[in-house]
Amino acid sequence: MTKEQIRSVLMEIVAQIIPDEDLSNLKGDIPIREQVELDSMDFLDIIMELRKRYGLEVPEDDYKQLATIDSSVAYLEPRMRNL
Amino acid sequence: MDYDVLIVGAGMSGLAAGIRLAYYDKRVCIIEKHYRVGGLNSFYNRAGRKFDVGLHAMTNYVPEGVRSTPLPKLLRQLKLKREDFALCPQRMSAIKFPDKTLRFNNDLDFFVQEVVDNFPAQADNFQRLLKAIFEYDELNLYARPISAREVVGSVISDPLLMEMVFCPLMFYGNAQEHDMEFGQFVIMFKGIYCEGFARPQAGVRQILDVLVRKYRDCGGELRTRCAVTSIRAANGRVESILLENGEVLTADRILSSAGYVETMRLLSDHDPTGLEDEAGQLSMVEFIVVLDKEPAEMGHETTIVFYNHSDRFDYRKPDKLVNVSNGVICCPNNFQYETPLPEGMIRITNLANSDLWNRLNEEEYKTQKAAWLEASLNEVVRLIPDFRDSIVFTDVFTPRTIRRFTGHINGAVYGTPNKTKMGITRLANLFICGTDQGFLGIVGAMLSGISMANLHVLQKA
Repeated sequence: MTKEQIRSVLMEIVAQIIPDEDLSNLKGDIPIREQVELDSMDFLDIIMELRKRYGLEVPEDDYKQLATIDSSVAYLEPRMRNL
Repeated sequence: MDYDVLIVGAGMSGLAAGIRLAYYDKRVCIIEKHYRVGGLNSFYNRAGRKFDVGLHAMTNYVPEGVRSTPLPKLLRQLKLKREDFALCPQRMSAIKFPDKTLRFNNDLDFFVQEVVDNFPAQADNFQRLLKAIFEYDELNLYARPISAREVVGSVISDPLLMEMVFCPLMFYGNAQEHDMEFGQFVIMFKGIYCEGFARPQAGVRQILDVLVRKYRDCGGELRTRCAVTSIRAANGRVESILLENGEVLTADRILSSAGYVETMRLLSDHDPTGLEDEAGQLSMVEFIVVLDKEPAEMGHETTIVFYNHSDRFDYRKPDKLVNVSNGVICCPNNFQYETPLPEGMIRITNLANSDLWNRLNEEEYKTQKAAWLEASLNEVVRLIPDFRDSIVFTDVFTPRTIRRFTGHINGAVYGTPNKTKMGITRLANLFICGTDQGFLGIVGAMLSGISMANLHVLQKA
């Protein structure tokens, strides 16, 4: 997957988890949780959805690397490159 | 059979945990002793009529668009839509004590005004209480238990107001006699006064049907009439579960919603010393009355009345079969439905003594049910219009019924007073969810299942 594909997958996952939030103005470089109502239970679902869809394991210590869309893409790119 | 997770009990918490786990591809099986799902919040049919057990109203109702409260959180977690529960908000509820009545609907400002009008000297204190409530993180699993009577009593200086505020919160979710843990108080306060009551037109069936369907759609397995005989423990872990039919199940992890003491008693190596003392004591009776007209036609438009016939609210196990000097009067008709319910109905809940009910033989059991129905109605018609001439059918359920549906020792509606917030037991792969984990109310029960499934299964890679 390319970075663009990963970004669009992430946006799709976030939209699925918080369907009642407006994501059209979501900025890539600001923590997602500062822009929309997304609590720790919803955040866990991003990790779970990556596991469910791509068999990807994100260790608890790495959760903080998924704070923004940009940092998530950077973190996921080497792990999803060959998908 | 070997599973990733076995869940004991198909009540609100077990089903919610099951949905989470099945959705994320865990091999999960829920085993339920009863032939019906729901546990405390279940239903039955009698004489062609449908009755609910437990649920009077769902707490935590918020209008569309509110997002950061428990109900929307839980809908997100269960991948359900708001419409799935088809909730209809209440009209108006009331707390009636001898000299004062406080009304509340699903608008906190209205309740605050009622408090100010009835207790003008407490207006500032009540604001301070609200501040304390909003500043408290009731979902913090690591919080140290503190007494709600101490906290509230240090802010509210009029004991009558304090008793009145406590009354609905205790009736709808407190396992402890007389006092309440402050975290539980905050959960119930927000769920009832800040958010509010609602009910699906079809009652608890609506909620349960949605949960079961979702669970099955995600690939979860549900087995009813499937009782656990014992949980085999060795080396600090659960090794296997023996069912009543002789079958043996194994799983990496077990989530039990059967109650803490009830679960511990199933362990093959359990030590009975002191265990029973931890079981909850508070049980209830419910008198269900079907009427030939809508209660509103008789002038009764209130959704739920919480009453107490003295200035002190005595929330404890009575020393007789039933205490009719306080209770809850729920009128399932008085929610904002699009079409009215088929019949008028009143449900009255009173505190009961389960030991005394258990001692009765079948003949006495019948007689006492009839006698206490009459006694309870006599009290209730002091508070709402006399509906006794309109009764077409009555039914009563007792601590014995609650025990049959929930398996709780003593028919303890809200389980043990000592909650296991983290859900951890002395066995590394056995966890507690539901009533005895400690998020109460129906929404709380589901959140409990969700949080324990997240914490002890999904977050573990």
